[in-house]
Amino acid sequence: MSHDNSKPLMRFLLLFSRQGKLRLQKWFTPMSDREKKKIIRDMTTMVLARQPRSCNFLHWKDLKIIYKRYASLYFCLAIESQENELLALEVIHRYVELLDKYFGNVCELDIIFNFEKAYFILDEFLMGGEIQETSKQVVNRCIESSDMLQETMEEYMSKPAF
Amino acid sequence: MSPSVPLQEMIRAIRSARTQCEERGVIQRECAAIRAQFRQVDNGARSHNLAKLLYVHMLGYPAHFGQMECVRMIASPRYSEKRVGYLGAMMLLDEKQDASLLITNSIKNDLSHSNQYVQSLALCTLACMGSAEMCRDLAPEIDRLLRASNSYIKKKAALCAVHIVRKVQDLGELFAPAARSLLSEKNHGVLHGAVVLITELCERNPETLERFRKTVPDLVQIMKGLVISGYSPEHDVAGISDPFLQVRILRLLRILGRNNEAASDAMNDLLAQVATNTDSTKTVGNAVLYETVLTVLDIKSESGLRVLAVNILGRFLLNNDRNIRYIAMTSLQRIVGTDHNAVQRHRGTIVDCLKDQDASVKRRALELSLALVSASNIRSMMKELLLFLSSCPPELRAQAASGIFYAAERYAPSQRWHIDTILHVLTTAGGDVRDETVPNLIQLITNASELHCYTVHKLYRALLNDISQQSLVQVACWCIGEYGDLLLRGECQETEPAQVTEDDVLDALETVLQSHMSSPATRGFALTATMKLSTRILDNVDRIRSIVSIYGSCIDVELQQRAVEYNALFRKYDHMRAAVLERMPVIEKNSPGHTNGESAGEPMKEIQPPKVKQGEPLLPQQPANQVCDLLGLLGGSEEPLQPSPAPGLSLNTASTAGGDLLDLLGGLEPTPPAPAPTVTVYEKDGVTLTLSCEKQSDSVLTVTLTASNSTDSDMSSFTLQAAVPKSVQLHMKAPSGDFLPARGAAKVTQMVVLNNPNKVNLKMRIRVSYTSQGSAFQDTVQIDSFPGLSAAGH
Repeated sequence: MSHDNSKPLMRFLLLFSRQGKLRLQKWFTPMSDREKKKIIRDMTTMVLARQPRSCNFLHWKDLKIIYKRYASLYFCLAIESQENELLALEVIHRYVELLDKYFGNVCELDIIFNFEKAYFILDEFLMGGEIQETSKQVVNRCIESSDMLQETMEEYMSKPAF
Repeated sequence: MSPSVPLQEMIRAIRSARTQCEERGVIQRECAAIRAQFRQVDNGARSHNLAKLLYVHMLGYPAHFGQMECVRMIASPRYSEKRVGYLGAMMLLDEKQDASLLITNSIKNDLSHSNQYVQSLALCTLACMGSAEMCRDLAPEIDRLLRASNSYIKKKAALCAVHIVRKVQDLGELFAPAARSLLSEKNHGVLHGAVVLITELCERNPETLERFRKTVPDLVQIMKGLVISGYSPEHDVAGISDPFLQVRILRLLRILGRNNEAASDAMNDLLAQVATNTDSTKTVGNAVLYETVLTVLDIKSESGLRVLAVNILGRFLLNNDRNIRYIAMTSLQRIVGTDHNAVQRHRGTIVDCLKDQDASVKRRALELSLALVSASNIRSMMKELLLFLSSCPPELRAQAASGIFYAAERYAPSQRWHIDTILHVLTTAGGDVRDETVPNLIQLITNASELHCYTVHKLYRALLNDISQQSLVQVACWCIGEYGDLLLRGECQETEPAQVTEDDVLDALETVLQSHMSSPATRGFALTATMKLSTRILDNVDRIRSIVSIYGSCIDVELQQRAVEYNALFRKYDHMRAAVLERMPVIEKNSPGHTNGESAGEPMKEIQPPKVKQGEPLLPQQPANQVCDLLGLLGGSEEPLQPSPAPGLSLNTASTAGGDLLDLLGGLEPTPPAPAPTVTVYEKDGVTLTLSCEKQSDSVLTVTLTASNSTDSDMSSFTLQAAVPKSVQLHMKAPSGDFLPARGAAKVTQMVVLNNPNKVNLKMRIRVSYTSQGSAFQDTVQIDSFPGLSAAGH
């Protein structure tokens, strides 16, 4: 088995609505804007075309695409072809749980109006295309602390909260 | 300039735009405001503005004017601004942008910040978009953090180091010692990061891998702790303790155990333990089991463990969750070569998955089933595969059909079974088979001589049933044309006898000819078959003549040409008809020059299987072991190509390129003057034949034959026919005439174009025939060497 090891476990993560509107994009390898746009088009087309009771794995180029729908949002994670698809499903699920804990019964609107928070949470969970923290509680605590830091600083500087 | 609205108001405004145009308008206004704000001195709302820009960017609008703002924000002392600034950097800057270098200094400073959340921002950004240069610059800093910081920072530093190693391979050495010591940490995040880092180092450098093999016992210990020890609420997922870490460790073990007996032994027990103890009722447990299986199959595990692993996959196949079934199949596919017998044990389950609802699972099941076909299970497997073919999704039919053909060819228990199988496929999925199926099947049929009767009966019945499947119809027509006499005889051992009259058969063929469903190629088959029957039936020859003459005015040029030539065969060459349309001999497999439809000037070629280069000899006395091809009958039972166009037609029209219907010989060019050297190849009874040749290209040779008559009487109907070895393609141009006046008053020239792509020994046999003083003469000469060519004929 050959290993091209210059690539992380995950290549990209996309969140989009049932109408194909992008709600979050995280790219774990450098890519041009044009490539990114093309990938977004391809992913939304492919995933939205899937039958409801199909399996959650797709092949696309040299990658495996793991996708799962949560309410009105599709989570689409691309992993290298030798990686564990079942674990990728768990990664998606973990992220949803983290969002849910933070926002309290998270829905698409939360992610739209607080997109930067969604990114901050993601950046405590994943990093450089790999899993960073495996404990839900640790991630949640860190986000809360960071928020607190921000608010405190804001209060101190008597500027409106973000 | 209108003041910028806070982020959420802007989002609301954008979302309430009813059209794309309106949205663009809102965004343009906002971006203008943002730009203006960027130009101002610190106004306290900088993070709002950048956040707005990032939102707009996510909608797909250009935002590069924000790059410098990101750089400024990152350098700000305020945490809220840094946070958005770094986020912006990760979204707008990548290593290809020049501006990314500008943040290197800020990152360096923030890596040593007193607040760990600021450090975290820097680490995260570096791991996300750090260029090789930045990585080189900051590597020592990262190494420091790997050794001396809290767990929160250590785990981030570890992943940062991973990124650095990916960008700058040599720096791997720098991090190896720290990575090693991190394995003794208790914090799961740090452990996970350490395992990822070690994995990366080992995969890049074989020497590093050697050194890290010593950590196998430590890794085994950690795993044991996770698998056996009590409930740990912080890392528990559905009863599995930190599945993410477990999978990562299993992956590292795989790399360390590969190709190494000692390491594989050291992990054997652990793997068995994980495989048996992991709860497989939820996906997360199956994720761990899956990784375990992958590891077991990749290292030098003992056979018992391997069987255990394959059995896990077998259990996966029965799982309700189609994701699990799918990955079981992909894994089995990977090992079907190496662990064939183990996979065979699960053949039943795999075959059942052919009926799965999910298209991906079906596809996998098909691939795996085809890989599991063997001589011992061919009959039962084929039943399942044919059943699958009749109901499978359209996108899988071509693959299924060709897989079935391949399996049938390799393992057919009998010729009859083989033919039946192919016919079955053609009946169910005739539209999805490849082009070479038709000639392949014909070749198979000719080889099964004792089954000709059976085959033609079966095909005839299939034809009566359905004439829409072109491949099937083509083969059926060919067989009826070839073995029609057997069909009419009525008796057949292998199948029920049927009373088939000559009219019945001709009706069937005519139906094909007239049907709008028949493709032009199919109609060609039908017409030729009809013609062939003229020598196999007794009573209805006139009916055939009339069919043939009707198609003489068909709009389709190909059919018209054939019909006219067949007409000519009736009218002027009736004495040759029987021989021309004789039964074909067995076609040999894999003859050189077997191509599909390729022809060099042989217009009839697509009717016949392209492999038919040998055919029946023209005259019975021709010995069967001739080196050469048919004398003048390339393409089999068609009209001989070489004789000049029917006399009576002006030879001038015969030489117009492509225009004349009776131009059997493809594109004509005026015969070029024969270039030197010239060699006399035949001299007898006053007829002299000389030959000269000219190389046109690497494989193409033009041969010019010149005949003259030195006797005192004229010769008429002078024709030359030529035959060459199998792989050589022959194309005879129209002769200059067929009348050789006495005493060499004029000559007849004939040009022959030869294409010898396989560079075989070039030989040519020429038959000379003419009428002189009321008697017909015929003679043959073989030419073994051509002037101007080496002995090898190149």
